[in-house]
Amino acid sequence: MTDVLAVADHRRGELRDVSYEIITAGRQLADETGGDLHLAVISGTVDEFADKLNREGVDAIHTVSHGEEFNHDVYSQAITQLYDDLAPQFVVTPNSVNGLDYAPAIANELDLPIVTDTVDLETDGETLIATREMYGGKVETTNELEGDAIVTIRGAEWPAAEGTGDAAIEAFDADIDEDAVGSTVTGFEEVGGGDVDISEAELLVSIGRGIEEEENLDLIRDLADALDATLSSSRPIVDNGWLPKNRQVGQSGKVVTPDVYIAIGISGAVQHVAGMKGSDTIVAINTDPNAPIMDIADYAIVDDLFDVVPELIEEFEG
Amino acid sequence: MKILVTVKEVATVEDEFEIEGTEIAQQYLGADLNEWDDYAIEEAVQLQEDGIADEVVTVTIGPEDCEQTIRQALAKGADRAVRVWDDALEDVDLLDVNAKTEILSAVIEEEDPDLVLSGVQAGDDSFAATGVSVAENIGFQWGAVVNHLEHDLDDGIASVRRELEGGVEELTDIELPAVLTIQTGINEPRYASLRGIRQAQQKPMDVKALADIGVDESTIETELELTDMYEPESESDVTTWEGSADETASELGELLRDKGVAQ
Repeated sequence: MTDVLAVADHRRGELRDVSYEIITAGRQLADETGGDLHLAVISGTVDEFADKLNREGVDAIHTVSHGEEFNHDVYSQAITQLYDDLAPQFVVTPNSVNGLDYAPAIANELDLPIVTDTVDLETDGETLIATREMYGGKVETTNELEGDAIVTIRGAEWPAAEGTGDAAIEAFDADIDEDAVGSTVTGFEEVGGGDVDISEAELLVSIGRGIEEEENLDLIRDLADALDATLSSSRPIVDNGWLPKNRQVGQSGKVVTPDVYIAIGISGAVQHVAGMKGSDTIVAINTDPNAPIMDIADYAIVDDLFDVVPELIEEFEG
Repeated sequence: MKILVTVKEVATVEDEFEIEGTEIAQQYLGADLNEWDDYAIEEAVQLQEDGIADEVVTVTIGPEDCEQTIRQALAKGADRAVRVWDDALEDVDLLDVNAKTEILSAVIEEEDPDLVLSGVQAGDDSFAATGVSVAENIGFQWGAVVNHLEHDLDDGIASVRRELEGGVEELTDIELPAVLTIQTGINEPRYASLRGIRQAQQKPMDVKALADIGVDESTIETELELTDMYEPESESDVTTWEGSADETASELGELLRDKGVAQ
């Protein structure tokens, strides 16, 4: 029997989507051997969160009321104590920025193997087979491990759990050692505001690493002007300081849903795709026909952007 | 203050490649300094230039082949390098997080730095777990996915920003000693100067076997076994426009007019 302990993710009073997806992933693992799915809800308005998370498939919800916001030391202590109490085979956490701030620590503390950023999971009760990507999504791999483990799951890979559950909701009396809490959250800041809101645009011309040099950006600006489109980009362009943060599409930037999204020289890393897959029509211009962006593009031009873009500008300026 | 930066040479893969067993065939692989580590090195070197760090040491787990890559960090300003390798690591397909943690922890305990900077993840296996795992293991504090660090560490506190999802940053104070995992974009990594590259050849690179750092071979036995590697099935139903650049551009132009988003 494989019991699973899954951990919810929330921030500033809101549960994050992955909290519902982790129920589906956890339920699937528990079902494969007839075990129970436990859910941990730590910090914040835990009772409200627990009610929302009481969906089909959850056997028990353990609330730990301690502080408002995420703190990795509080999470680590609460989860290791729950692990000792419940003896689950798998602890499943989101592969979010916060998940990655405590899951490896728990693995080390409990002396368990960890497998991160999984996109598929399977178990027979002894062996866990975890599917994950390598080399920026160019390959998928299967990885096996025996016994107990810590597993983090990628967002949007499992559907959100639905329905109403009849989980037992219980407060778990975690013994949080404040002396062991070595970091303090002092605030939050929204970044990426400013003169333009790319999430409002109908037509986005979005540029990635393929542009190669900062000087070449003028070509893309000219295209955006010719099309009367809004300019956006993938992460590396913002990391390089070539465009401001408010132009960044993706997991750590903005989520956009324009009528047409033209991805130019963007390979389509999962973090980028998370920010634009809801676009009505996606066009990719890329030299690599196997780039991951092709998996979600509706139309593609497999060619050099430095040949195609000038033609396109001429088409609309001419 | 002494800063230790974990550095990894990562494998890069060409657009077209073949898989042999659970590996990408050698002829399609290249090697490069891990992108995230490049930002970690830059942050450490800037802390040194600001007079906060006295010494910047890099540590890497890798065979002799990776020395040229690691010397890039020395060329950018790190003072010396430690490289751990051992025959016992030769045949391991995938060095898992626990094994890396054991090795890096041993070096950190020997070096006794005040601050450890580590890339958020490696571009090849992308576990994004080692930095935090190491911190817990050696009793350091930590912060994952840091995209800003205040260069004012006098009071034993690192004030950082953690890059959360959706354009939100968390402001956090972390007690030192600590491990910070560094996100891309935190700074602008420099190119090594010619003088730096020359000097790097003279900087010390200590090579250590597992026994030298007191790590028992049995403790690095990896529990995670890589059993299969394949190209993901394409879910693509993309329509690819064929032809010269002016032909494909006019196809796209037609689409944009049809959709009513451009005239």
